[in-house]
Amino acid sequence: MTAGSGPPSGDGLVWRTATELARLLASGELSSVELTGALIERSDAVDPGINAYLHRTDELALEAAGAADARRSRGEAASPFDGVPVAYKDIFVTRGVPTTCGSKILEGWVPPYDATVVERCHGAGLPMLGKTNLDQFAMGSSTENSGFFPSRNPWDTGRVPGGSSGGSAAAVAAGAVPWAWGTDTGGSVRQPGGLCGLVGAKPTYGRISRYGMIAFASSLDQASPLTRSVEDAAALMAIAAGHDPCDSTSIPSPAENYLDGIDGGIEGLRFGIIKEFTGEGSQPGVRARVDDAYTRLEKLGATLQEVSMPSFQHGIPAYYLIAPAEASSNLARFDGVRYGSRVAGDTNIVTMNSMTRDEGFGAEVKRRIMIGTYALSAGFYDAYYGKAQRVRTLIIQDLRRAYESVDLIVCPTSPTTAFKLGERTDDPLAMYLSDVYTVPFNLSGNPAVSVPCGLSSDDGLPVGLQIVAKTLDEKTMFRAAYAFEKDLGFAGSPEGRPRL
Amino acid sequence: MDIDSGTVDYVARLARLALSDEEREQMRAELSDILEHAGRIRALDLDGVEPTSHPVRLLNVARPDEVRPSLSQEEALACAPAAENGRFKVPRIIEEA
Amino acid sequence: MSTAPSRVIETTIGLEIHVELATSSKMFCGCEVAFAGEPNTRTCPVCLGLPGSLPVVNERALEHTIRIARALNCDVASHSFFARKNYFYPDMPKNYQISQYERPLGAGGVLEITGDFPTRRVGITRVHLEEDTGGSLHVGGSGRIADSEYSLEDFNRAGTPLVEIVTEPDIKSADEARAFVTELRAIVEALGVSDVRMEEGSLRVDANISVRNAGETEHGAKVEVKNMNSIRSVGRALEYEEGRQRAALISGDMPVQETRHFDEKAGTTSPMRTKEYAFDYRYFPDPDLVPFEPSDTWIASIERAMPELPVHKRSRLAEQYGLRPADIGILTTSTAIAEWFEEAASAYDGPAQKVANWIIADLFGLCNEAGIPLTECKISPRQLAGLVRLVDSGSISGKQAKQVLGGMFATGDDAALIAEKEGLEQLSDAGELSSVVDEVIAENPDAADKVRAGQMNTVGFLVGRVMRKTKGQANPKLVTDLLTQKLAP
Repeated sequence: MTAGSGPPSGDGLVWRTATELARLLASGELSSVELTGALIERSDAVDPGINAYLHRTDELALEAAGAADARRSRGEAASPFDGVPVAYKDIFVTRGVPTTCGSKILEGWVPPYDATVVERCHGAGLPMLGKTNLDQFAMGSSTENSGFFPSRNPWDTGRVPGGSSGGSAAAVAAGAVPWAWGTDTGGSVRQPGGLCGLVGAKPTYGRISRYGMIAFASSLDQASPLTRSVEDAAALMAIAAGHDPCDSTSIPSPAENYLDGIDGGIEGLRFGIIKEFTGEGSQPGVRARVDDAYTRLEKLGATLQEVSMPSFQHGIPAYYLIAPAEASSNLARFDGVRYGSRVAGDTNIVTMNSMTRDEGFGAEVKRRIMIGTYALSAGFYDAYYGKAQRVRTLIIQDLRRAYESVDLIVCPTSPTTAFKLGERTDDPLAMYLSDVYTVPFNLSGNPAVSVPCGLSSDDGLPVGLQIVAKTLDEKTMFRAAYAFEKDLGFAGSPEGRPRL
Repeated sequence: MDIDSGTVDYVARLARLALSDEEREQMRAELSDILEHAGRIRALDLDGVEPTSHPVRLLNVARPDEVRPSLSQEEALACAPAAENGRFKVPRIIEEA
Repeated sequence: MSTAPSRVIETTIGLEIHVELATSSKMFCGCEVAFAGEPNTRTCPVCLGLPGSLPVVNERALEHTIRIARALNCDVASHSFFARKNYFYPDMPKNYQISQYERPLGAGGVLEITGDFPTRRVGITRVHLEEDTGGSLHVGGSGRIADSEYSLEDFNRAGTPLVEIVTEPDIKSADEARAFVTELRAIVEALGVSDVRMEEGSLRVDANISVRNAGETEHGAKVEVKNMNSIRSVGRALEYEEGRQRAALISGDMPVQETRHFDEKAGTTSPMRTKEYAFDYRYFPDPDLVPFEPSDTWIASIERAMPELPVHKRSRLAEQYGLRPADIGILTTSTAIAEWFEEAASAYDGPAQKVANWIIADLFGLCNEAGIPLTECKISPRQLAGLVRLVDSGSISGKQAKQVLGGMFATGDDAALIAEKEGLEQLSDAGELSSVVDEVIAENPDAADKVRAGQMNTVGFLVGRVMRKTKGQANPKLVTDLLTQKLAP
């Protein structure tokens, strides 16, 4: 099934990458107001079929676009991407613009401040088209846990776009916006990227400020771009990256220009293939595409070797103890006292808190709060949370050892292609297990990117290849992804986008 | 592993979640399942392995003792579900039901 | 207060003290730290716990905490970190408090206290840093939670840096507890890191107290006592509680572990309900903050810059000025008072005890009446020294000097000027006085004979007569000398 009809696109504006659009704006062939107008139209046309957005900010976007055009005409572009619109997962706090984190418990909240990521993008001149849908509080892998409605995959609207950043992925994949921000805690940008045929890039933990990014699991969350090309991902990441004094976990070193040397090729680069990721449980069509990708990497001059990560088999259990534990604490502030919804009535504080939270939070959120609270509670801390933190150390050690003999690690992004809506909602554990390839790199903090590696032979749906670099080595990660993408020729081709 | 209802109630109270009877039973089953799986790491012998709280090793991050502008009272209370005389209004504080 | 016990019962007390630091900004954000003010006017996304906000540690708060830890002889942790203490309460914006659990900044210290009891060494278990909560107003009843209809929250105070000091259960009486708090307060005040005003909440004391029969190894049930709002209340509350527990022990009705609220008016404690499972705080290292490893150089520079602590000041004052211990105690309750005294004593350049006497017996009284601290009165330390010198010279009598002091207090003028203005200068001219003395001797022949006969106590009567004739302005010492001379046997 395809989405509703829209204007004939073909090589239309809406399919251009941000990099291409930036060039058109710079040369004067296109104005930001025109571009923004076209994207607003496109969003109007496709969104009823994919439900990517929670909140649109068309007027603000056009205003910002006008300002961008004025700056460019004065020769004072705020950045190379001045005037290229962007969308934000509704987990980024935006001043004066409603922010819900996908949950009814925050319905009606209008923040008095901007997230640092938003501030930096505003500073670069990127007009905001809107806030996109997500699994509430970033807990989920399909966007079906949104408190409002699920988003749909533009490749097949009966299927999920992935999650938790499904809204951003759907919007970019459908041509409604050139690029968008998501967050990745256990794979929430890489996986939707993989399922929607996009690039989803997670930086090293601490590379991008978390200030103003509503916290799910503080030691795992990172803002991550969803884009149509590797170049775009490198550019958007660079706009937001760099030390932020408002975030104590923000890495002090200055951000790098990730575009620098991105076309250097991968001749001689050593890739590690994880022995323990046998592909068991993976869809055959997915495995086939990933194997093809390995072959292509070798063709491009890279070498592949096996690396062993014995600790990785404990990645999911460790993640599903650490993340909920931190979340249970982070979400305690949603209590109906200072903002958001409140279940009123003549009652007492305890009842008000409890009923507000029970009504405002979705089932998955409640589940994770319960798991997390349990894992931290007296008598269980050492057995659960304490153990998980030690497994985390082992994962970091295994990776450190592996990177002594390889430069990058490569593996699938997801065991399957996009599954059908409703297929996994009754089995939370099955949903969790699909994160097996992504969570270890959130636990370790390594930068990781999912890049499209073709369409699955089973069902013609996108498959993602994951490339993981050493901490703070985003440059090598992007260089490898870029080389692969260029050679594959998938991105930017008619095959590389859904038929909408 | 089997979590009993009493434990579910205890945890729900700690977490301020008013679960309905249905929810409690479903939660009990789901938690048992999930903790069974996650709990497999309990069997691992990891003495001698230090726990990791932060994936990136940073130390001594602090800021100078400088005053910065605050929100106005209006801004602070802008989204308050209930307010009175410049303060957030909450129902009667009890020790516990 | 307590009657002689029929058997020996031991009291064990441990204190938990909170000190609000006087930094400019809050613990984790840049909002101003100040007392009072319009509600919710000193908040921001961080201290209001808005979604997405993140804490950043105030460096000066860390420094102050290390200062306090070293002043209490604690070891400073080589590796310390913040932890989340998770529980729900409407005055806590995040429903967790950022505090410290496993690796506090300071530990293993000791503070020696003295008083009307054998010198006591009180162990300091830990000194750690955390953030304060907001403030609640309970509306609709007596102002307490129990009979309120609803509550109103103000987050101005939320996020203020708070140092928590926990003692070992080494304190053995209410007196010792009071002395401990007094000394701790003086130390923190000397360090200049807090206003330490209990009535304003910048110094808070909770106590744990239990009793047991002497010789028993197990401690009795620990009772937590809260709501002691002054040093005096600490003494009163613990005295009451000790008595209550002793009586219970004696009667066989064992005290139970509970939290009790001190009633200022009644001078008694009563039980407070608490949630047992609220103690499951689920501490874990705060992932939004990174650990601290204070360098040896930093700690050393903090120690070098340490001001003189009360214990050292007291011994120095004793040695340097030879003051009475009780007076030293009074003059060292605050750094400002001690400094004032020392300035006056240096300016005087005679026995410092005299200066001390004037401050303690007279000047404090004037200040208290006027409701101002010593440092704000119109008299300068140098001027007080001037007054004492004036008395020494004999120009005015001791009695007159009190009057002069009053004048100085009101106007800020020098002692000599006041004495002149009020015509108080004593008659010290021996010649002039001599004739008056002769007159008095002539007028009182019987008394004069008594003195000649050796009854020296009658001299006083004659001195009084001279004083009356001179309207109190004669220098009594000179008068006495003259009389003694003239009436020598």
